[in-house]
Amino acid sequence: MSKLVSKKFSLTNVALAIAAPLAAAIFSILISSLAVLASHKSPLLAYKTMWEFGTQAGSLMEAVNSATPYYIAAIAIAVTFRAGLFNIGVEGQLRLGALFSCYIGAMFVLPPVLHVLVIFLLAMTVGGLWAAIAAYLKVKRGVNEVISTIMLNSLAGGLSAYLLSKHFAVIEEGSNNLQTKQLPASAQFPDLMPLLRRIGIGDQPGGGVYGMFFVAVALGILFWFVVNRTRFGFELRASGQNPIAARFSGVNSKKMTFIALVISGAIAGLSGLPTVLGETHSYNLGFRAGIGFSAIAVALLGRNSAGGMAFSALLFGFLEVSSRSLELIDIAPETYVIMQGSILLSSVIAYEVVRRFKLTLQSKELAKVELA
Amino acid sequence: MSIAVELRHIAKRFPGVVANKDVSLIVETGTVHALVGENGAGKSTVMKILYGMQRPDSGEILVNGQQVHFKTPNDAIDAGIGMVHQHFMLADNFTVLENIILGSEPHHGATIDFAGARKKVVDMAQQYGLDIDPDVLVEELGVGQRQRVEILKVLFRGANILIFDEPTAVLVPQEVDDLFQALEGLRAQGMALIFISHKLDEVLRVADEVTVVRQGSTVAQVKSKGVTARQLAELMVGSELPKPSTLGHTRREEITLSLKDVTIPTKTGSRDLLSEITFQLHAGEVIGIAGVEGNGQAELVDAIMGLRDYTGSIQFNGSSIDELSVADRHDLGIGLIPEDRQRQALMMTSPLWENRILGHQRSKPVMRGFVIDKKATIESTRTIMQEFDVRAPGPDTLAAALSGGNQQKFIVGREMSKAPALLVASHPTRGVDVGAQGAIWDVLRSAREKGMAILLISADLEELIGMSDRLLVMLRGRLTAELDPADTTPEQLGSAMTGAV
Repeated sequence: MSKLVSKKFSLTNVALAIAAPLAAAIFSILISSLAVLASHKSPLLAYKTMWEFGTQAGSLMEAVNSATPYYIAAIAIAVTFRAGLFNIGVEGQLRLGALFSCYIGAMFVLPPVLHVLVIFLLAMTVGGLWAAIAAYLKVKRGVNEVISTIMLNSLAGGLSAYLLSKHFAVIEEGSNNLQTKQLPASAQFPDLMPLLRRIGIGDQPGGGVYGMFFVAVALGILFWFVVNRTRFGFELRASGQNPIAARFSGVNSKKMTFIALVISGAIAGLSGLPTVLGETHSYNLGFRAGIGFSAIAVALLGRNSAGGMAFSALLFGFLEVSSRSLELIDIAPETYVIMQGSILLSSVIAYEVVRRFKLTLQSKELAKVELA
Repeated sequence: MSIAVELRHIAKRFPGVVANKDVSLIVETGTVHALVGENGAGKSTVMKILYGMQRPDSGEILVNGQQVHFKTPNDAIDAGIGMVHQHFMLADNFTVLENIILGSEPHHGATIDFAGARKKVVDMAQQYGLDIDPDVLVEELGVGQRQRVEILKVLFRGANILIFDEPTAVLVPQEVDDLFQALEGLRAQGMALIFISHKLDEVLRVADEVTVVRQGSTVAQVKSKGVTARQLAELMVGSELPKPSTLGHTRREEITLSLKDVTIPTKTGSRDLLSEITFQLHAGEVIGIAGVEGNGQAELVDAIMGLRDYTGSIQFNGSSIDELSVADRHDLGIGLIPEDRQRQALMMTSPLWENRILGHQRSKPVMRGFVIDKKATIESTRTIMQEFDVRAPGPDTLAAALSGGNQQKFIVGREMSKAPALLVASHPTRGVDVGAQGAIWDVLRSAREKGMAILLISADLEELIGMSDRLLVMLRGRLTAELDPADTTPEQLGSAMTGAV
C-alpha cells in the first residue's frame, strides 16, 4: 500500500517538476511576443531570426563566453542566498578583483599555470576583502548587507575609475583606451580552440571559447558538493532557512554570515577574470559592466542550484548574443532585456505556485498516513 | 442583551497542523469576553478567521444574528468588527489624527476633510475616555498611547465588536490599568469586546465571560465570577490526559549538571532576567522547573545551552562549560528540546532526513568527517520514525507537512538518538495530542532509569508533579521554592508559582 502511495507520489512530482518551467516558458514567450508586436513586427520572424543566428557555431561560442562570468557570479550570489543573505555587491567585487589582479599580475612573470593561479588568488582576495567590509558591518553593526553592498558598488565604480586613470593605466601605442599593462603570456588563459578543432569545430569569427569555462564548471561542481554534502554547507543552509533553529543547534550564525559574504566576494572576484584572462589581457575602460546584476537574475532563475544556474546562465548568454540579430529585421536588440525579465518573473511565480501546491499535496498524503 | 458574535464549530487545518478543530464562542454585546488557551491552542487562528484574515474550512460565523462569510478583513470591518493588533501598525511620521483616518479618509471631493475628521476623533475620544492629542506625531507617543490610537482607529471605522490580541503583552502595569479603564468605557457604551490572553489574573479582572480553548477545541465557556485562575488553568491544560508519573528513585550519586549563582542581567539594568540560580541535578534525576511563563525559564535554558551570556558558573559532569560554545555543549552530550519546535528546532521546508542533522552536524552517524553521510542519515531517520512512531510517509517528507505531535516526537527521537547525559526539555508535550504525550513521557521515564538527567520545564502542572523528582519554582528570575512533588498538589504548586505562599 505504502509503495503504491509513494509511486503515485513521485509520478505527480515529475509532472509538477515539468509544470513550473513549462508554464514559465509559455508565459514569458507570450510577454516577449507582446513586446515585439508593440514594435509592429512579427514575433515568429523575430524568434526565427534569433534562432538561426544564435545557433551558428560562432554565436554559440560567444554565448558560452558570455555565460561563463554570469555563472561564476551567480554562484557567488547563490552562496549568500543559501545563507539567507543577499550580496548585491558582486558587480563591485568583480570589478575591483579584475582591476587589482591585472595591475599586480602584470608586474611579474611566473611559470604559466602558477601565474594564472596567483591572479586567481589576487582577484579572490580583493573581492573577498571588499565583501568583508559589508560582512563586518553586518555582523558588528547590524547594517543590512543589501544596502551596504549596493553602496560599496558605487564606491568600487568610482575607486576603480580613479585608480585606473590616475595610477594603474599605461599608454599603449596606437590606442587611447585607458588600460593596465598587458599581462605577460604566462598569465593568459589559453582558449579551448585547440580542443574544439580536434572535435571538428573550426575557427570562428569572434574567437574561441574561454578556457575559464572549465573553471566555471569545476566551481559549479564544487559549489554543489560543498553546499549539499558538507557540514559547512549544511550550517550555511540551516542559518539561511531558520537562523533561530541554527543557533539553537550550535551554528554560530554571525560567523556563518561573515564567512558566507567573504566567500561570495572571493568567488565574485573570479567572475571578472574570464574576459580579462581570455581576451583583453588587461583591465581597461571597456570592462564589461553589469555582470554582477545579470547574475542576480541568473541565480534566481536557476534557483540557486548548480545545474539550474548553469542552464539559466547559458540561456541568458544565448539570448544576449542571438538578440543582436534582431537589428537585421529592425527590432531593437534591447528586446532581449524584456525577454530576460519576463522569463525571470514568470519562473519565480510558477515555482512558488508549484511549491505551495506540493506542500498541500504532501499534507493530504500525510493525513492518510496519520489516520492509517 | 443581544448576541454580537457567535462562532459555531469552526475548524481550520493548515498544511500539517489542525489549528482549529471545533471552536464555538458566543459573545454578548456590552460584555468583555476573554478567549484563553495555551500558546498554540488556536486562539489567534480563530480570531483571524473572525477578522476575515483566514477562511474556515467548516463552521459558521454569525454577527448580530446574521450569518457572514468574510473574504477579507475589509468585509469584517464593514460588519463592524475591529482588531487591535498586538504589534501596532502605525505610521510613526504621521500625526495621531492622520493615523486614525489613514485608509478611511473622509473627504470633500478630492480633498480630505480634516476638520470633520478631527471633530469626530475628539468626540470619540471624549465619549470613550480615550484621551489623546490628535496633532502629535505618533513617534512621540509611548506604547500605551499608541495602543489608544489603534483603538481609536478601529472605532473610527465604526467597529462595535473589538478584538484585542494579547493587548497587555507590551504594556507596563500602569498602562494595563489605563487600558482596562478604557475597556470599561467601551463596554459601558454597549460594545462587544473580545480579549485574547493567557494571563489568567488579568482575564479574571477584566472579563465577564471566559471561553477556554485547548488543542483547537472549545472546552468551556464560563462566567468569570465564580471561577479561579487555577480552574481556568486546569481547563486550559486539560486533566483527562494520560497521567504523568515516574516510579521509584533512580537518582545516582554523580552530579550531571550544577549551576552556581547563574545570573543574566537585563540590558536596561532593571530586575535581572535570571538571578543567582543555584541547583544541582544528579544523573537519573528529573528536576521540574515550575513557573508562570516569562519568569526566566527561557533564559535558564539559554544559559545552560550557552545561547546567552551569563555570570556565575555551570558545570557539566564535573567540569566547567562556561567557556564552551553552543556546539561544544551539544557535542558534550547535552540534548535540547526547545520550547518552540517550529522556530527553534526544525527547518520546516527541508525533508526530515536533513532535519535529523540539525544539532548533530558534528557527530556520527550523520557525518563522516566533514561530509554528510546521506545514506546513514536516512537510515537513522527511518529508525527514529519507527521507534518514536513519527507518522509520515518517509525521511523525504518535509518537516512542515507533519502535525505538531509528530514533529515533536521526531525532535524527541532526534535528541534521544545521541543518548545525551543531560536532556533540557522545554515544554516537551505542549500542543501535542494525548497519544504523543504519553509516548514522550514513556521515553523520558525510561531514559531517567538509564541514568539520564532531565531538566523539565513545563507549564503543565500535572506533568511537573508527575514526572519530577524535585520541583523548583521560578518567579521573576529567581528560584523561590523547592517542593517535593510527592506531597504537592497542583493547587499548592499553582500558588507557589504566583508567589502567594
